[in-house]
Amino acid sequence: MIFFLSFILFLIGLYCVLIKKNLLKIVMGIVIMEYSVSLFLILLGYKKGGFPPIVTPGVEGTNFVDPLPQALVITAIVISIASLALIISLCMRIYQKYKTFDITKIRKLKG
Amino acid sequence: MLELYSLIILMILGSLVAIHTKYLLSAVISLTLVGLILCVTFLYLQAPDTAITQTIVEVIALVILIRAVPIEKDTMGRKGAKETFSAVVTTIFLVLFAFFAYRALLDLPQFGFPLMRVSEGYIREGLVKTGSANIVTAVLLDFRAYDTLGEATVLFTAILGAIIVLRKAGRK
Repeated sequence: MIFFLSFILFLIGLYCVLIKKNLLKIVMGIVIMEYSVSLFLILLGYKKGGFPPIVTPGVEGTNFVDPLPQALVITAIVISIASLALIISLCMRIYQKYKTFDITKIRKLKG
Repeated sequence: MLELYSLIILMILGSLVAIHTKYLLSAVISLTLVGLILCVTFLYLQAPDTAITQTIVEVIALVILIRAVPIEKDTMGRKGAKETFSAVVTTIFLVLFAFFAYRALLDLPQFGFPLMRVSEGYIREGLVKTGSANIVTAVLLDFRAYDTLGEATVLFTAILGAIIVLRKAGRK
């Protein structure tokens, strides 16, 4: 049951987000969840004995894997790196201000 | 098939190391390891374009994460009644979630036999309609070009936000 294995990876990321108290560990949990979702979508498009979807003279045209999840996963990966950059810059600002990554100590709102 | 299982199990082990290690720097390295194994898995699943993108993005993510990590120990693993309670509740929730997800995942098409109702048209007409031999590029830049435009917008906005957050000169 290979879909369930990628779902276990998602659960590990979710556990990390829910339990950990370090901001960077929470970011890492989000990244792990992104990995598992893109892996799951590519797994959904895999065809047994298929070729990469590139038209070449030697390969017959019907035996390709699904190109649609691959294209949309590329979009999702690029968006995930942009959001990671934004999250990390927010974390760096928080660390500059509070000198800690502990989310139980980041409570004061005074500017 | 066995290779695929072992690669995904390796990814699970790597992410467990990443979330349980004390040192944040080794956690970042383990996370990057998981991403690179994901690249190999994409190659094995016949998705070379996705694997190339994942490799580049992985290296950039490593640089960004290492920039943020201070060289010190993660000293937040303290134990208390509150922490134990939240761990127990989270574990119960995750087990329930996994159970229902397992029931739902049984309804998906079997692995290796995808539903390709939309993609069949793309594969049949991609070369003629767009002139691109790579069907992934044809989907990304022609059939679903508005998605790519939206992706570029999101990318621009996120990087703009990061620059605004990180800039030196603040309002005095």
